[in-house]
This record gives sequence, C-alpha cells and structure tokens, in this order.
Amino acid sequence: MTDAISTQKPIPVTVLTGYLGAGKTTLLNRILSENHGKKYAVIVNEFGEIGIDNDLIVESDEEIYEMNNGCVCCTVRGDLIRVVEGLMRRPGRFDGIIVETTGLADPVPVAQTFFMDDDVRAKTELDAVIALVDAKHLPLRLKDSREAEDQIAFADVVVINKSDLVTPEELDVIEDIVRAINPAARVYKTSRSGVDLARVLDQGAFNLERALENDPHFLEHGHDDHVCGPDCDHDHHHHHDHEHDHHGHEHHHHGAHQHGAMSAIHDVTVQSVSLRGGQMNPERFFPWIQKITQTQGPNILRLKGIIAFKDDPERYVVQGVHMIIEGDHQRPWKEGEKHESRLVFIGRDLDREKLETSFKACEAVA
Amino acid sequence: MPTVAPLDLDGHVLAVEFLGDVPFFASANGTFHRLDGGDRVSEAHQGMLTAIRDPHSESLISGGEDGKVLRISADGSVSELASAPRKWISQVAAGPQGAIAYSYGKSSLVRLADGTTKEFAEERTVEGLAFAPKGLRIAAARYNGVSLHWIGMNAKPIDLEWKGAHTGVTFSPDGNFLVTSMQENALHGWKLDSKPGAEARHMRMTGYPTKVKSLSWSVKGKWLASSGAPAAIVWPFQGKDGPMGKAPLELGTRANIMATAVKFHPLEDILAIGFIDGMILAVRIADSKEALLRRPGKGAVSAMSWSKNGKLLAFASEAGDCGVIDISA
Repeated sequence: MTDAISTQKPIPVTVLTGYLGAGKTTLLNRILSENHGKKYAVIVNEFGEIGIDNDLIVESDEEIYEMNNGCVCCTVRGDLIRVVEGLMRRPGRFDGIIVETTGLADPVPVAQTFFMDDDVRAKTELDAVIALVDAKHLPLRLKDSREAEDQIAFADVVVINKSDLVTPEELDVIEDIVRAINPAARVYKTSRSGVDLARVLDQGAFNLERALENDPHFLEHGHDDHVCGPDCDHDHHHHHDHEHDHHGHEHHHHGAHQHGAMSAIHDVTVQSVSLRGGQMNPERFFPWIQKITQTQGPNILRLKGIIAFKDDPERYVVQGVHMIIEGDHQRPWKEGEKHESRLVFIGRDLDREKLETSFKACEAVA
Repeated sequence: MPTVAPLDLDGHVLAVEFLGDVPFFASANGTFHRLDGGDRVSEAHQGMLTAIRDPHSESLISGGEDGKVLRISADGSVSELASAPRKWISQVAAGPQGAIAYSYGKSSLVRLADGTTKEFAEERTVEGLAFAPKGLRIAAARYNGVSLHWIGMNAKPIDLEWKGAHTGVTFSPDGNFLVTSMQENALHGWKLDSKPGAEARHMRMTGYPTKVKSLSWSVKGKWLASSGAPAAIVWPFQGKDGPMGKAPLELGTRANIMATAVKFHPLEDILAIGFIDGMILAVRIADSKEALLRRPGKGAVSAMSWSKNGKLLAFASEAGDCGVIDISA
C-alpha cells in the first residue's frame, strides 16, 4: 500500500546566502544560464537583477514563523512552506530548488524548514547551505553585522568571491578568518562568482553519509590551532583590554599592512569547538548530546561529527542545527582506520572546557 | 459497492467541484477537465494553485502561478477577473453579487462585480481567505491570527489574535464561528457573536498528528469535519459554545492511514472521507456506519465534491487518478 504513496525521490534544495554585493545574483544567473543539463526552480526575495526569463523563478517574502512549542530557536520560513508545496505539485519541471536569501537573512529558519515541516521534509532534502563572501569587504561586514558571520558559520560551502580585488596575502587572511569561524566548511576562492558549479550544486552536504564520503578529511583541516583561530576567543571577551597587546603580537606574523583584516577577526563572535576522543559509550554519548542540544541549542549554530562507538563495526555520524539533531550509521570502519570520535560545535558562548570534559566523560571504559 | 467512473489525468489534481451535474477537475498544471459526455478541457493557468466553487453562482474561481484570477463558467469558458504579474495567487474566495477576493503577499483584495477593487493591507502574508456567509466582510488568516475586514466601509479591521501561523480560515454557515487551520497540527476557533467590545472567545482544537488541510461543515453547520488524523475528526458545533469542553467524533478510523480530504453530504449528515492511499469511505454521523466508496488508488485524495442532489461524489487525487462515484446505483 505504501508503494502507491510518494515513491518520488526527494528534490535537493540548495540555500544560497551571502551579504549584499557578495555575488549571489551573478552566481544565480550562471546556474540558470549555463549548460549543465539540469533545471532549477529558484525562490528569490526580489526578482531584482536576475535578467533571465524563467517560469521557475518565484518571488517570495521572507516570513519567519516561530513554532508554538516554547523554543525560541525553532523558527521556520512560512513562505518557503507555501512555495515548496506549490512547486512540488509539479515536480517534473525541475531537478532541484535554490533558495536565495537576502543579505541580512538568518539562514537558520531556512534550513530548519527542511527539517521541521513534515510536508516539506517528505518531498525535499536540504542539499547544502552555500555562503558567498566578498573578499574585499568581509572585514567591514564582520564589524557592522552579525549576519555575515552567521552565514559563514552556518554554511557547508563557503565561496570567497572577488578574490581578484585583494592581494594574495589579504586573501589568505580572509580564508583564515573564514576557517576560524567555520572549520567544518569546504572553502573555495574565486572571482566573479566563477566557482565550479559542481562544487556548489548537488553536494549532499546535509546528507550525513554523502557529506562524509565527499569530505574524507572532515575536521582534519589542521586549522584548529591557527594563529587567531578558535583559541583566541578568550580575547574577544576582553576585547578592549587586550586589543593593544594582541595587535602587537599579530604584527610579528603578518606585518602592519594587514592590521585592518586581522582586527576583523576580533569582530568574530562565533567560535568553534573541535573535540576529539576515543571510542564512546553510546549509553553516555546519546544522553549527553541530547542534553547539550536541549540546553545549549540556541547557542549552537551547527554541529557535525563522526563517532566511534565501542564494539560497533560502523562509523556513526551526527549533525545538528540548534536543537535539531540527526544521526545514523555511515559505513563500516576501514581496516587500519583509527577508531576515534570527532565532533565540532560552531556557535556562540560555548564553554569549551566543559564540552571537552563532558565529551571525554562519554568515552567507553577500556 | 457503488460504481466508480474513473478519470485518469496527468499529475496533481488539486480540486474538484460540480457545476450543475458536471464535475470540474482542477489540475495543478493549469487546466480544467470537465466530465460532460466525455473529458473536455479548458486551458486556464500557467500553473494552478487554487480553485473553488463560487457558492453564489454557477461558476468556479481559480488562482495561479501566472498571477491570474479567473472565473470558469459551466460551459467551460474562462474569463479573467484580475491579474498581478509574477505573483502567485494561492488564495481566492467568492462572495455574493459577483464579488471575489484574492490575495498575494501582504495584501487582500476584493473585486466587486463592476470591476472596482479594494485592497486591504495586512501585516503578514495572507494564507487563507473567506467571505462571511452574509458577504459583508472577509477574513484573512495570517501569522498570529485573523483580520476581519468590512468590505463596504473604511472601518478598521477587527484583529483576532492567536499566536502561531494560521494557514486557512472558514466561517460556520451561520456566521457565529470562525475556525482556522494552523501550521502546528491544530485548529483554532473564535466565537464571533459575543457582545460588541467583548473579546471573541477562543477554542483550541488540538491532538492532530499532521497538519489539517481539509475542513467541511455539515449541511446545517452542526458539525465541522477535518482531515489530519487517521480518521476524520468531527467537532460538534450545535451548542452555542461550539465544541468547547466537548470531544470530537472520530469517524472512519484506520490504523496509521491519514485522512487527507473530508466533505459533508449536501442534504444529510453523511461524511465522505478520503485517505492518503486513495481510499474513500462514507460515514453516517448518527450511527458511525461506514460504507466503502472506493478502494485505495495511486495517490492521496486531494479533494471531493458532492453533486447538488447528493447522488454523485467526485474525487480528485494527487496522482491524477480521479473519478466520480454514483452512490444511488
């Protein structure tokens, strides 16, 4: 009987974020006009400069709905629920859906819509959240808005655009900032939104299994101990006290001309906490992750991880958005592969020490 | 079992309504099919989002992805009532004397028969529209409540507030109650006949496992049937306080098979219930007696409609396998 009901493959949805001027429209125009053999329905906030006549471009007012369950971070986009429902009545018209958000948009309700609304969830699948970053103006954006930072923190793929407008050294600094905000994202540098579309579309980044197949070195970027990486979050709390000292320190490394860019990193309020551990006891780990996401959900933008459970021949992968968390077995551990657990939290006001000790406490006793 | 005359269409069929004894099937691809001595087709929209029966005339009103609001007459002819280029018209309603209402974005619009149009600005996107039975005002469902606008006056709207997203709205046939469907698997009701100045009384109707997408009032408005559960949930509205403090009937209960469409018979207290697997039951309110009208099909029942004499039940399906059931046979 269930065979008759919705055997349709879920339609992949790509969410495109980025501050005003970061190059979203240029990228969209490329997606709509280049010959890649696929058709996309695009949900935009304003038709604006999309110069392409296409029946499948839908204008929509960003409308945030708080769910009536007492949880402040449980927000969805009401307009997306409506538009996706309409589009999915005629699914044969397109291969995927792209949601373009405004520069100031919070990407979280967009992503949560694809987890929290049953109808949307039944027919679509969040593929990836892409953040476009303007290499030239990122430091300024980080100074004057929290959204630019949120967009990077939340993304699966960060495209550093307009790289031709900065020096190679400046570009390195921008990349370092991006990786400091989000060590789990894939980062590409480009100009004129010229990123290979195969790196942006159909990523399966929200699909736990595919995400890790595509990124075997997940959380092994080696940027964790970057000069001004997550560890420098201590300074943020005492920003004013330490500013002078800190800059003095940085100058040794980067020279005076990068002062502007490096001070941008002080405007970063998002931190990431990367945890490593041995084999876990599932009876400790699951209650722990539940409790963390329940109590600290509002502060957690994303979490991703690979968990090794004791006596479990398969890798277990988890990922979450605020209080929503999903997990599943991915594949058997390969021969010779180290059975270790890795987990990254990206968010604000995270208590690194407490996370580390409580994570360690979930380890199985040998 | 009654006889079923099938009509297999391509793709999602979102509505079906009778004009006279002819059923009109509204397809999401934009066409109307009417079974009138054969399948006859009217091209209407570039993508249809909604179609309703005008209760005050022998015609249908539809809205589409092409920004058009159309009237479809019994002979299948199509006339344009309004156009809002590049907007999606997903809500339409029909009132007396040729008035219609539609919405896009944060506006509700009422177009009178002479073509004059009145626009009501809303704070949030309109998700549901309904004319009051007497037709003097419209209700616009939105985030955090419903706005009631008087059509003929420049009076301020009456705002009925209730936290959460309201995605559809309907008046009881006597106009005493207003009920909305919500994003969070619930209905919300207001009793409208309270004294002037007094706040409308609230009714919360909860417990659904999924969103309620189909609502139907019984012929005299004694009952309100709803989808969204593995049974039709039917709320009693015969008392002056509606369903307050009362439990609903659960009719046609099936294990984990969701009811997706409900429609009361036009003359008797009999309810047609369509399910997600395409099955259709008819259930008599008085004794909960069930009759199987159609076995499971290819897709969820999206809409149903009775002919005026109540002898024919037409049904539409998300998978296109539609038809007409003759229950007098």
